[in-house]
Amino acid sequence: MIPNLKTDQKLKRFYMNRRQKTLLTIVVAAIILLCVVVGGALLDQDQIATNLTERNLAPSLQHLFGTDWLGRDMFNRTIMGLSLSMGVGLIGAIGSTSIALILGMAAATMGKMADRLISWLIDLFLSVPHLVTLILIAFTLGGGFKGIVIGLAVTHWPSLARVIRAEVMQIRSAEYVQISRQMGKSRWWIATHHIFPHLIPQLLIGFMLMFPHVILHEAAVTFLGLGLSPHEPAIGIILSESMKYLSSGMWWLAFFPGLCLLMIVRMFETVGGNLRLLIDPVRANEK
Amino acid sequence: MQLEARNISFRYGNGPYLFRGVNVTVEQGEIVGLTAPSGRGKTTLCRILAGFEKPLEGSVTIDGIPVSSKGFHPVQLVLQHPEKAVNPRWKMEKVLSEGGKPDSELLSLLGIEKEWLTRWPNELSGGELQRFCVVRALNTNTRFLIADEMTTMLDAITQAQIWHAVLEVAKARGMGIIIVSHEEMLIQRLCDRVIELK
Amino acid sequence: MSVLEVKDLLISFNQYTSGLKQQQLNVISNLTITLEKGEILAVVGASGSGKSLLAHAILGILPSNANVSGTLRYDGEVLTPAKQASLRGSEIALIPQSVNYLDPLMRVGNQVRTSARVENPVTAQRKVFERLHLHENVEKMYPFQLSGGMARRTLLSTAIVSGAKVIIADEPTPGLDPVVIKEAMESFRELADSGCAVMLITHDIVSALSIADKIAVFYAGTTVEIAPVENFAGDGEALRHPYSKALWRALPQNDFIPIPGAQPHPGDLPPGCLFAPRCPLATPECDRGQPEMRTLRDGMVRCIHAT
Repeated sequence: MIPNLKTDQKLKRFYMNRRQKTLLTIVVAAIILLCVVVGGALLDQDQIATNLTERNLAPSLQHLFGTDWLGRDMFNRTIMGLSLSMGVGLIGAIGSTSIALILGMAAATMGKMADRLISWLIDLFLSVPHLVTLILIAFTLGGGFKGIVIGLAVTHWPSLARVIRAEVMQIRSAEYVQISRQMGKSRWWIATHHIFPHLIPQLLIGFMLMFPHVILHEAAVTFLGLGLSPHEPAIGIILSESMKYLSSGMWWLAFFPGLCLLMIVRMFETVGGNLRLLIDPVRANEK
Repeated sequence: MQLEARNISFRYGNGPYLFRGVNVTVEQGEIVGLTAPSGRGKTTLCRILAGFEKPLEGSVTIDGIPVSSKGFHPVQLVLQHPEKAVNPRWKMEKVLSEGGKPDSELLSLLGIEKEWLTRWPNELSGGELQRFCVVRALNTNTRFLIADEMTTMLDAITQAQIWHAVLEVAKARGMGIIIVSHEEMLIQRLCDRVIELK
Repeated sequence: MSVLEVKDLLISFNQYTSGLKQQQLNVISNLTITLEKGEILAVVGASGSGKSLLAHAILGILPSNANVSGTLRYDGEVLTPAKQASLRGSEIALIPQSVNYLDPLMRVGNQVRTSARVENPVTAQRKVFERLHLHENVEKMYPFQLSGGMARRTLLSTAIVSGAKVIIADEPTPGLDPVVIKEAMESFRELADSGCAVMLITHDIVSALSIADKIAVFYAGTTVEIAPVENFAGDGEALRHPYSKALWRALPQNDFIPIPGAQPHPGDLPPGCLFAPRCPLATPECDRGQPEMRTLRDGMVRCIHAT
């Protein structure tokens, strides 16, 4: 007897298929995202004003994440930091995805020279770790919000551009596109009806997987002191400042902000990874 | 109306010539078989006739006029693997509409069920997909149809169904057909004349 | 005793229907088939009838969204996934449908040798190549240098040198020219004559007839008839099932007249006999449940009207 995979069915009450799981993750992610963004917008600098009477408090009901050495509420600081980080991540990831789309399409359609040039550029960017190029670019642009956003946007596109280039090339030579040409369809019609619909899922997933990357890199660069300026309540700044207090037992300073960052990053990765499986026609029905 | 390929030669890049000086003529309403041992460029010749590929030397003409590369091509090609010939992200309705508005009479002639129109290509079998590819190629502007191993992957019943339908349409419209097949019995059964490539 | 025994095989796939729902689609049901030593069993049927899935089920290489139930026995022993993995390639060999299964970066001689399970792989490979009329210098070639026919024969040699007792060939012939088909078919016959059991999955009845001992006709995921090869002759009057007869008569060398309609989809199978909606003999009784396989003359048939 071949073992029956139906045993899964016994767990039916708790069993969810990949589409349901993905949808649930998306909903949860969207809610958290919304809370953080709205929360970040509602809170203003007053909420994290220094209050020297309440310094270095451990987490309690009043201060969920505790307070820091200046008596600022860590929960509020974390929310504001996440909100800022996600804004930066969003702009960076959208920028990178657009660059990837334009360069990928150009490489695949604008002839041999363009292809060689863009492929060389992709290889060049991929041969150096993101973080190094990011630091260099952010530093050259003088750091700060503008520097880090531009740096993030121009460093994260290469692998997605390569995927898009390959995809466009493959579709262009597909039999159904050749037949479409025989049916008298124009290049523009083929591009919008045959090629572009194939790219949307790639772009969406590329974006979803890039987003956590961008956030982490932003936090890392800021942590190193080369990103956002210290007065901005970014997660990277919080983590970097908290470092020196960790040894004195104030674990909550770094723990909660770090955990929140990790959760958000993981959530996006899960959604992106699941979406990728679901749109793959070969693997779409796997468990 | 006459499809004529005169003195066609072809090779890929600087490779050896696949064939040189090939002449093929097909009259309106004629059904011609094309046979050759494998590796002699039958498929490439079909692609040249249908305008997928440009010949290195020679010309393809219809009634003496070179076929325009713009607009609907009067010579349509149906290939061996229907799975590759339809966009996997299009529903069958859209696949059909690429070759003009589908004629419900033609659909029923090819045994296409209404309910298949709303399906995705991966939900249909090879035989069902091939029926769609045939309908798409049988546009009213199609003057010649080239069937390159069109029913090689299909079972005998589906093969006979498709060919009966195609022959009926060809007869009604006076369309010429070129059939490429390894199956001798099929060629014998269908063709008025056989061209052998050497 | 049969080398391979498949009993009441059922394969279903979890598939998303619309939105978030998943449905189980039965693509193979009630399938019982046996394979004997020294025998060639040809499995014929339309595309989508589940022929290839049977091969994949025997080898245990179905995708992860497939559910399998039923019994598979090899040499009398029940096949478990672990057992399947250990027999795969050594005792049970698959000749795949596509020549893309060759490693593009390895000389074909070497590829064939790696699957040899004998003392001297090199001589084994050379002997097989000679037998299949593959020239000596072919062993030094890479797959892209082979013609379609040579690639097929290379795949075939891989199965032969493995010394497998059961060989499953999945559509080994489409697109080959008649000479090569004939050669490939003859090598299958030789394999069977040397004691192998061969399962030949194909939609090309004609070439299967030239070498097979028995023919199993597939329709919509199950066998409708298992007949000795001699029954495929004349007008098909010796055949048992109306579908086999229709298939036989639709061949270009016979009447070339098709029956109308198409094979039903796994999602909406008819309640009773799967062939009833297209069957000239169908009566209301046929809708009362799928008929069992029964022995008739020296074959098997799944039809209540067959005589």
